[in-house]
Amino acid sequence: MELLIAAAIGLLTACGLYLILRQRTFPLIVGLSLLSYAVNLFLFASGRLAPDLPPIISKTATAYTDPLPQALVLTAIVISFGMTAVIVLMSLGAWLTAGHDRTDMDGGDDK
Amino acid sequence: MTHAIILPVVLPAVLAPLLVLLRHRLPLQRALGLAGSVALAALSLALLAQSATPHLYRLGDWPAPFGIVLVLDRLSALMLVLTATLALIVHAYAVATGWDRRGPHFHALYLFQLMGLNGAFLTGDLFNLFVFFEVLLIASYGLMVHGAGRDRLRAGIQYVAFNLIASTLFLFALGLVYAVTGTLNMADIAVKVAALPPGDHALIRVAAVMLIGVFAIKAALVPLQFWLPGTYANAPGPVAALFAIMTKVGAYAILRTVTLILPAASPAIGPLLTDMLLPAATLTLLVGAIGTLGARTLPRLAALAAIASVGTLFIAIATNSPQATTAALYYLIHSTLATAAIFLIADQVTTRRNGTLTEGPRLPAPLAALYFATAIALAGLPPLSGFLGKLLILDALRGHPWLWALILCSSFLMILGLARAGSTLFWKSTEPVEAKPQTLALTAIATLLALLAALTVLAGPVTDWLALAAADLHDPAAYIAANGLPLP
Repeated sequence: MELLIAAAIGLLTACGLYLILRQRTFPLIVGLSLLSYAVNLFLFASGRLAPDLPPIISKTATAYTDPLPQALVLTAIVISFGMTAVIVLMSLGAWLTAGHDRTDMDGGDDK
Repeated sequence: MTHAIILPVVLPAVLAPLLVLLRHRLPLQRALGLAGSVALAALSLALLAQSATPHLYRLGDWPAPFGIVLVLDRLSALMLVLTATLALIVHAYAVATGWDRRGPHFHALYLFQLMGLNGAFLTGDLFNLFVFFEVLLIASYGLMVHGAGRDRLRAGIQYVAFNLIASTLFLFALGLVYAVTGTLNMADIAVKVAALPPGDHALIRVAAVMLIGVFAIKAALVPLQFWLPGTYANAPGPVAALFAIMTKVGAYAILRTVTLILPAASPAIGPLLTDMLLPAATLTLLVGAIGTLGARTLPRLAALAAIASVGTLFIAIATNSPQATTAALYYLIHSTLATAAIFLIADQVTTRRNGTLTEGPRLPAPLAALYFATAIALAGLPPLSGFLGKLLILDALRGHPWLWALILCSSFLMILGLARAGSTLFWKSTEPVEAKPQTLALTAIATLLALLAALTVLAGPVTDWLALAAADLHDPAAYIAANGLPLP
């Protein structure tokens, strides 16, 4: 299972970075989402991988998994969701005003 | 005292949603927004007076390291006061020039931004620092594209994308820190890292480098500075001036990291971080100083001067001795105020011309005087505080002749760049008629310069106090003890 999780995180990160480097807003947003999935998995794994164990106190439990990374992941998901919404709206605005969806500034020093 | 520590976060958090509801009533928005800024300034001064020993605030009364804590010490109190002072002046400028009228939610976003800044300076928990970073960033995204416009939106996307990548990297670093130490409380990490088994050293070093990378993006250190010139040059003038404190958030976080969280004294880290920071800082200074020579618009020149000041600041931070930290803190106060002043002047110029460094309509004489004084401060010429700041840094760098040469040469380059821009802007004009100055706006800029003058006159008492703050930083025992944790 360790191998599976590690490979998933690596693959998601690689795909995310590749898409971000495409310099177009749509691949950029998809790439950022993939990166945030990768980091969520990574945070989840930071509390060690323990299948079938409860994170909260229960009478029948023999052992527990660490609940804190789950809380961290939840926070990270909420924040990345909000941020994605912001960048989608800004990209739409930029596409409508500029007429294209490139993310590099044309003429660099002009403004 | 008990609940006063959280007020700089709670007050804007309560006021800002109120301002969203008042979106169609500009006078009321202005009154409440400015009242909020004044209250924050008063509050931060009150906290500064009590910051001699570190104070702990436990959210929900959970003890550290299980709950989230806010810690008020000299450094965080200083950053609060600096933020509040700058915010108040820039807020007044935005109202005086009517910038707040160009979009419906300027005041609400402004207060959210202050909430994020105050929280980032106060928090004693690394994950909480991430959350406050996001609060201040999401507000800054709104402020950055305030008033919209094609270039501003496109520069805004770059800024947002850059920061989202930085946030992801921050989360990766946090995951690693938690996996290795099992805690996210800053003081507790310091305790745990000091006693780390050798097998975990490599992992924590990776986490340390990633953390520094994230903060270096915020502070705009070369080679992670690419977002800054486009963002600052395209942001609305007052917003760019407020953003002068944003690079200092990165500086603050790095200062905390190299002195408290992952100090060079702990065997797992050693001089790794400071060794990385010094070359980056020298390159930053060079890029900024050379850039001022090549800038074609005043806002871009201001942005590059900001990068150069970050470079100077980080040379002092990377030296990592109490004396150098004192100098760094003094220079930090100075460069925040001076950078804000040059952005406000750039805004005054761009409202009359298109901002390019070519001849155009004649600019008002008081503005030229203010530019002259600000340029002196930025380049580090006597008599203003930039000179004293650089002198303190040079004094702390005895025995590093090539750093002396670098700082002095880059100051010379900045003098050339600023003088060239000033003479083109103010001496070459196509129309003989002088434009009417905006008195209130110029008063705001003059207030910033008056603060710089005060910083120069009161340099003695200020550096004495900063030396105490630096001593606290380099001996974090009191900070850790305030968290109720055993010393390493």
